[in-house]
Amino acid sequence: MQRRDVIEKIIEPLSDELVVCNIGFPARELYDIRDRPENFYMIGSMGLVSSIGLGLAIAKPEKDIVVIDGDGALLMNMGSLVTANALKPRNLTWIVINNGAYGSTGNQVTYASELDLKEIAKSIGFESYDLDEVDLLKLIKDENCNFIEAKCEPGNSQAPIIDLTPIEIKERFMKITNE
Amino acid sequence: MDSSEAIYNGLKDAEINFVVSVPCVNLTKILNMLDEDENIVHIPVTREEEGIGLCAGAYLGGMKTAILMQNSGLGNSVNALKSLTELYEFPLVMIMSHRGTEGESICGQVPMGKSTPKILEAMDFHFFKPETPENAYGAVSNSWKLSLKESKPVSILLEIKYW
Repeated sequence: MQRRDVIEKIIEPLSDELVVCNIGFPARELYDIRDRPENFYMIGSMGLVSSIGLGLAIAKPEKDIVVIDGDGALLMNMGSLVTANALKPRNLTWIVINNGAYGSTGNQVTYASELDLKEIAKSIGFESYDLDEVDLLKLIKDENCNFIEAKCEPGNSQAPIIDLTPIEIKERFMKITNE
Repeated sequence: MDSSEAIYNGLKDAEINFVVSVPCVNLTKILNMLDEDENIVHIPVTREEEGIGLCAGAYLGGMKTAILMQNSGLGNSVNALKSLTELYEFPLVMIMSHRGTEGESICGQVPMGKSTPKILEAMDFHFFKPETPENAYGAVSNSWKLSLKESKPVSILLEIKYW
């Protein structure tokens, strides 16, 4: 199983949930699998997907927010685990796809390949799970701020470059988020 | 209206309702005022760049956002301000305690303090350096509208002598 398969699994049960997706191939693959206005694709600023999702979760408590993060990106913003845990928005579900590689830059190995991200999140205070062992939709809808790790093999699919401008991504996302 | 009240009142007039912060001793009073204000969400963050991400998400959710920090935090946030805030044209108000300016007692603050205005110029971001509470109040009150108009962050630099 590679990242694309994991993203297919994540997106399959979703309806009106808001998704904030990590930069690079993760965003391209999500766009290729199932583009929807509820998807916010990161085009820059690696590492900040969880922070964007956290800000959104605080601003829109009535919406369910799903963050699709990566192991390399999480390593760039470990402090986000602390802040998100302090706030624990019940509508935030934070999924980290851990393929142990910087996939978009040539699959260089990350230090996360030797880490147990679930245990790290748990030690900070999260309810943490393995994607293979949960009913994802149930966790998204429950009253907890959940951390989910999805382990997989490195590798990118043939997903094309996203042919939306950042402003188009923003405007349709804000329209459906705030209407 | 003292130097801290001027900033707080300006933020209120600008209708800012989501603030992230990394503290500075000179921002203490404003941060306390924000904590006591039930109509403003105030979230301390671990690092300024993280705060830029939070502000982006909150704006997507319809809030009016600001970051309060030392100017050192600008250095920690440069890429996010360009590759996230400017790229998507998110408005943002940045209130910075400008350390390393006249009267600074900590030598470690000086190099970044000297370069801060030049960094903002290089980033092509509008900034103000008010010297009185009245000027600061005016600049902060108008900052959100200006940021929306320019589709970029707007900064208020508050030097040591301001306080």
